Amino acid sequence: MNTAVRPRIRASAEGMGYLASTPRRLVTLWLPLSIFLIVLLFPFYWMAMTAIKPDAELLSRDGNPFWVANPTLAHIKHLLIDTAYPDWLWNTVLVSVSATFASLVCSVLAAYAIERLRFSGSRYVGIGIFLAYLVPPSILFIPLAAVVFKLGLFDSRLALILTYPTFLIPFCTWLLMGYFRSIPFELEECALIDGATRMQILWRIVLPLAVPGLISAGIFAFTLSWNEFIYALTFVSSSEVKTVPIGVVTELVEGDVYHWGPLMAGALLGSLPVAILYSFFVEYYVSGLTGAVKE
Amino acid sequence: MAAVSIVAVRKVFGATEVIRGVDVEIADGEFCVLVGPSGCGKSTLLRMIAGLEEISGGEIRIGGTVVNRVAPRERDVAMVFQNYALYPHMTVRDNMSFALTLAKLPKPEIAAKVARAAGILGLEALLDRYPRQLSGGQRQRVAMGRAIVRDPQVFLFDEPLSNLDAQLRVQMRSEIRELHQRLTTTSIYVTHDQIEAMTMADKIVVMRDGIVEQIGAPLDLYDHPANTFVASFIGSPSMNLVPGRLGRPTGDTARVHLDGGGTIDVMAQGVDGQRVLCGMRPEHIALTTPDVALAGDVVLVEPTGADTQVVCRIGGHSVIAMQRDRVACRPGERVGLMPDAHRVHLFDAASGSRLAA
Repeated sequence: MNTAVRPRIRASAEGMGYLASTPRRLVTLWLPLSIFLIVLLFPFYWMAMTAIKPDAELLSRDGNPFWVANPTLAHIKHLLIDTAYPDWLWNTVLVSVSATFASLVCSVLAAYAIERLRFSGSRYVGIGIFLAYLVPPSILFIPLAAVVFKLGLFDSRLALILTYPTFLIPFCTWLLMGYFRSIPFELEECALIDGATRMQILWRIVLPLAVPGLISAGIFAFTLSWNEFIYALTFVSSSEVKTVPIGVVTELVEGDVYHWGPLMAGALLGSLPVAILYSFFVEYYVSGLTGAVKE
Repeated sequence: MAAVSIVAVRKVFGATEVIRGVDVEIADGEFCVLVGPSGCGKSTLLRMIAGLEEISGGEIRIGGTVVNRVAPRERDVAMVFQNYALYPHMTVRDNMSFALTLAKLPKPEIAAKVARAAGILGLEALLDRYPRQLSGGQRQRVAMGRAIVRDPQVFLFDEPLSNLDAQLRVQMRSEIRELHQRLTTTSIYVTHDQIEAMTMADKIVVMRDGIVEQIGAPLDLYDHPANTFVASFIGSPSMNLVPGRLGRPTGDTARVHLDGGGTIDVMAQGVDGQRVLCGMRPEHIALTTPDVALAGDVVLVEPTGADTQVVCRIGGHSVIAMQRDRVACRPGERVGLMPDAHRVHLFDAASGSRLAA
């Protein structure tokens, strides 16, 4: 083989090429990235490890705490059979899906109206919705509790389905407003001349083009309601209507006794659906946040 | 098909009046071009005809019906946008049938209409593609196809060729023109390109700052521009306007004393001593020797191949002469400029309007 034919690429000679050599990449890219990953993933590792660790190993001071010698499914079995965990999971799914769906419908209509109908005062409505988002749930839950109680919704799933949109709608509306803005308005004008009504334009032109935005708003809303804690803690008290985050901490901690195995198993099972959802839509999710409709 | 009348139409955005009383009559089947520099209000006027902008004052009638308060979808107009506005998530076929589907036409009829329009525009092979898979010219055709299938009363074009490269633009220009001869649908076409206006229009409306400067057939505007704006806007390179003073008229000719020195005899009427602008089209100035005509110094010689533009200075004013033949003169040389006396235009220097011949 003629070695002279192959030129030596000196990528470090100019521009961004300085990142190309292996030792430099190690310092600038792989090292920070791995530190970041470890910090981020260690709690998950700990959670998964604890969920399958037998109690004897959990409470013993011997052995390697970062590894499990005799993995067991006992905690998961206990969780699924001896507690109301399946109910909590079902409640969480029901509440999250309904709240997300309701919020998306409202947000699409609100965002489209504010962004494109340009009615008088639409700017202020937009700002008003944003301000609502700024009120923290940790303050809002007190007056909301009074409302929920007066409406007779206390200790029901409906209480959560109706209160979650108070923070989901502002969030989704602002995300979708940004996305709708990236759709060229000529498309809508053209549809208007083609004979479409506003609802037809929304349904047949804007929404199909805003699918990535809808997906990211949906995932965000779903995750927020899946993980919601304060409202669920306040508005619900019976075991059969609890959601996973509340059920796990209220029923698996007895006094000062932490049932670490079932606790971690509950957390693990509770976080899987969201993780799976993310992994399906991650590409849409990114493009939804960065906007832009390409022609 | 329908006639379009625009009567005393005004448009106000906040405190600024962008269209200040425009009257245009467009006959049934006519190809009317609205032309003017950017910001003159031509696109706004088109959007008002389409119903995309509210009409602040006056009246727009399509086929005899006042449409001021009629929604765009009930006006039965089709519009081709500058950036085509093709629906990116629909195939060419769906793009073209969108309006018909909304109108709830039976499926076979929609298919027939789309096939016919695709045949006219040579789009048959592209019907199942998406807009992003098409070239600029193809997108342009789809946008027109979408207008054609609807068989509307009026076609509206908003600078449809400005996103195409020069060669394609010329080609599409003649295609649109041919299409109009075939379909004879009333068309209103907005452009800032006077060559497009000249080559395509039955009637040109020249606009500036929200008012109509002149309306007429292309050659009328070229031969009898109503004022210095139209005179310099229509024609390329644009008309030379040299200031001067009118001498005593004798019969139907008058003598103009140019400010830079020299005189021209013109077929025009005016008042003795009146300040005028003497308009001479570059293509109507012949080059001779300096002793028999206006003397000028050559500044620049620009050959384009087909013809040669000679830029000269007379006094302080630059004058372009366009020659069909190749010329031998060089910068710095003194030449004689001989305008065709029958084709010299005179404008009042103060108002800019044309002096009657």
